[in-house]
Amino acid sequence: MRVPLIDRLFDLLDRAAHWGVHPDYRKEPAASRLIGKLPLPPMLYLPLVQHAGAPARAIVKVGDAVLAGQLLAEAGGTISAPIHAPAAGVVEAIGPLPAPHPSGLAVETITLRVTGSEHIDYAVCNDPFALTPEELARRVEAAGVVGMGGATFPSAPKLHLGRRMAVHTLVINGGECEPYLSCDDRLMQERADGVLEGVRLIATMIGAGRILIGIEDNKPIACKAMQQAAEHFPNISVQSVPTRYPMGSGEQLMTWLTGQELPAGARMASIGVLVHNVGTAYAVHRAIRFGEPLTHRIVTVAGNAVRQPRNLEVPIGTPASALVEFCGGLTEEPLRLVMGGPMMGLALPSLDVPVIKGSSGVLALTAAECNETEEEDCIRCGSCAHVCPLHLLPLDMAASVRAGDLEGAAKLGLEDCLTCGACSYICPAHLPLSHYFDFAKGERWANEQSQRQTDMIREMTEAKRERLAREAAERRAELMRRKAEADAAKQKEKTL
Amino acid sequence: MLIPLLSLSLLGGALGLALALAGRFFKVEGNPLVEEVAAMMPNSQCGLCGLPGCGVAAEKMVNGEVELTCCVPGGKVLAQRIADKLGIPLSLEGFEEIVPQVARVNESICTGCSKCYKICATDAVFGASKRIHGVIAELCTGCGKCVDICPTEAIHLEEIAVTLRTWRWQKPLAQGVQA
Amino acid sequence: MTPFATHAPYAHAWGSIGDIMHKVMLALLPATLFAFWSFGWPAFWLWLVTVASAAGWEAACVWLAGKRIKPKLLDRSAMLTGWLLALSLPPWAPWWVGVVGSFIAIVLSKQVFGGLGCNPFNPAMVARVALLISFPVTMTQWVSALPLLPGQSVDFLQGLQITFGGIPMLDGVASASVLGGIKTELSKVGHLPALDSLFTAWQSTLGLRAGSLGESSAVLILLGGIWLTRHYIIGWRIPLSMLAGVLVPAVLFWLINPQHYASPLVHMLSGGLWLGAFFIATDPVTSPTSNAGQVIFGLGCGLLTYLIRSWGGYPEGVAFAVLLMNAVTPLIERATPPRIYGRNREGKPLEAKA
Repeated sequence: MRVPLIDRLFDLLDRAAHWGVHPDYRKEPAASRLIGKLPLPPMLYLPLVQHAGAPARAIVKVGDAVLAGQLLAEAGGTISAPIHAPAAGVVEAIGPLPAPHPSGLAVETITLRVTGSEHIDYAVCNDPFALTPEELARRVEAAGVVGMGGATFPSAPKLHLGRRMAVHTLVINGGECEPYLSCDDRLMQERADGVLEGVRLIATMIGAGRILIGIEDNKPIACKAMQQAAEHFPNISVQSVPTRYPMGSGEQLMTWLTGQELPAGARMASIGVLVHNVGTAYAVHRAIRFGEPLTHRIVTVAGNAVRQPRNLEVPIGTPASALVEFCGGLTEEPLRLVMGGPMMGLALPSLDVPVIKGSSGVLALTAAECNETEEEDCIRCGSCAHVCPLHLLPLDMAASVRAGDLEGAAKLGLEDCLTCGACSYICPAHLPLSHYFDFAKGERWANEQSQRQTDMIREMTEAKRERLAREAAERRAELMRRKAEADAAKQKEKTL
Repeated sequence: MLIPLLSLSLLGGALGLALALAGRFFKVEGNPLVEEVAAMMPNSQCGLCGLPGCGVAAEKMVNGEVELTCCVPGGKVLAQRIADKLGIPLSLEGFEEIVPQVARVNESICTGCSKCYKICATDAVFGASKRIHGVIAELCTGCGKCVDICPTEAIHLEEIAVTLRTWRWQKPLAQGVQA
Repeated sequence: MTPFATHAPYAHAWGSIGDIMHKVMLALLPATLFAFWSFGWPAFWLWLVTVASAAGWEAACVWLAGKRIKPKLLDRSAMLTGWLLALSLPPWAPWWVGVVGSFIAIVLSKQVFGGLGCNPFNPAMVARVALLISFPVTMTQWVSALPLLPGQSVDFLQGLQITFGGIPMLDGVASASVLGGIKTELSKVGHLPALDSLFTAWQSTLGLRAGSLGESSAVLILLGGIWLTRHYIIGWRIPLSMLAGVLVPAVLFWLINPQHYASPLVHMLSGGLWLGAFFIATDPVTSPTSNAGQVIFGLGCGLLTYLIRSWGGYPEGVAFAVLLMNAVTPLIERATPPRIYGRNREGKPLEAKA
């Protein structure tokens, strides 16, 4: 039973609630150094899974010589992305190699021995805005562009969806709220015009009239550069948003800029909005204007264990160790090697894994930076609830998960959780809250699969039993019919 | 003194009679729980639990003669659902999740005799007779009946390998969360 | 499945449970020092005994449970509980009151429930109430404030004797607390006494009056409380709503019948209201976490305090009020979950509006 008036009162109290945390950002010195260009490494390792969705299918064979930009693997489904060669070389092997993932599991990978930088003829387009939205989206799809913010969702399906679903607003995410990372910051500072053209191309593709670019206010130079680039476009508004983790989460930034709230479980397009990352916009610009597939990305190499932290533009497939070496190597033994940001990134078992399309950072963090401390008892201080961008109750959810009550956790909103890690970051008892939630989500997923399989087995068993019974009945009927026929024939013979 | 005594014994007698009548008229034949649980089972009669069939297993589960976790294809999830149905707590102590297995046909030895196809309860093996067979992993319970019946030993069971897609975070080794 | 992999985040805020406890103690320090000054050495000895025995009981329980003692003691929660308990005792109470009290607080109302974070009731308040009911005489022997000035207060040795020697209370220093005095007079003569003898606002504000250690200085407690809100250790919702919960009915009833109901000033400045509002009711373990829940909880604490003071059997009601509200905290939590982003209050997804 709910009383509307009381609910309104509660809403007012809730609205006063803050969300988010203010971690030590540690973006310097990488954020103030120019993007460096990593020379071609001798070997490139291109996993066939670099994006959300189905793995790509290799179309080259071992021993094939390829040019830079040449297609190596085609999209393996509607939600998938092709993979291209970042350099000219010879396919050395296609087989399982360690993935940039905490599990250390192997993933099908194309190994390319680099021989040079000769590339295929790129289809340069001098007037991209003359192309139809469909053609633009097709070119983005062919270039293998995925979400560069870390989620690596293939961009093309999102663009097609935007066209179908009457999207009025394009939100461009320049939040970059993760500590250490400054690849988007540098990109906007140094290549604002390219980013802006990408933004306009995306807007053209999805037919969005309004463009909002959100940049956290700890990146004033980038914000200014983007504002300058956007000067002549009245439909583009470059806005400075408060620095607060996780402001760079699509939903949070969108809500901050548009005031709209994304209904739970719904897609952005359903409320007429699409969110793309600035890195994605830049990749779109390269793909359309210069016909270049997505083969390079900017990676922040940082952490106190790295001698000269900086941003590097690297060929995708470069081993992480090559990046760290180029930045002067390690000064001390790091406690954690992380791909991505420290809040949501993935711990790497070693640096011998490749940079992939979604790798925004390679971090070598010392024990002092990580500040990992022994767990204490939860005193229900509520910090986790106060910082949760979704206003969940992490403490209660974690208690449920720990007690094995996954459904209880789900009722508290487990599936809404972004696993942004703000709760784990702030928890004074150092509880691994977001770890509990990832565990619980995985467990629930596996349980669902198991349930589905049991149901399917039951159905199939039933179906087979019925089929066998039907076949037996048919056989019997057939026998009877033949017998009857034979009898009748005999009868006839007799009468004759 | 007499009035309370009388009224109480009258009340007792009446209620007792009502109970006796209810017991006679609302009597349920058989245990409905067994049927309900049986309906939840995979019913593929794989025999991995060591019992003659899913119906028997359901009956024994309801009677508490076997662990709820004994159904291999159903696993933890089925055990939990049955425990909820029976209203008893599920103890997962000592329960080791069996790594799921699937049958795999070695196509170079398969003669296409179709014996496996006939014995498979879930139609997980496909391919007509005299043709080479394959296995639909999602439907395979790993019961191994096809392995036993295959005349050329072309079928074997394989553990399903963990991939990036199926890998899951383990539960944190916690000391702290309570409340 | 692969061996245990570490999960993000790989950055953590500084701070720990021990830090939180530490800051609360720091916030209590000025008021406590002031209480030592105004009630003399016995107050100090009682405080020391209570805090030390609380730590001792905690260590004993942790040892019995087979856990490591050091980290549990380092979180300083037991010491804080002991400290808060000491502040709620009569300053000249004998040593065994502190030891028994901390036993009730740490062992009976915290560790038996599973330790820190699991107790449904505020341990210090459980102990205070249990002591008050068990030893009503000892627990209501207040002394008037005797600042530690040469010649005015008891000296070091006398202090030791009062706390540890079982010396009976000197008649000259015994005094009624304001609320106690009001209650006694009301039952005797039926209307409020002239308060001049018991209460002057400025004395209460500063803390020069009879009462338990922590009931003394409203100003210093307030300062400590504000400092804690500035450091995000406590929120402002519970204290403010609790104060409002007392103030509003106090004003209302005083306006109706000033002959019978004490003035709002008396209510606001006496007893353990400020300590209760800023340090007792805000205990995160036993109070709700949601914003709305905290307001309800605070209002409830305040209203119950006023109810008990005005019509209850005991002169002071903060401890009872907090305990009663502790009991309904789970209910409040259940009734006031925060609205999840993208969902309505019932937990259903919002409707999509383009």
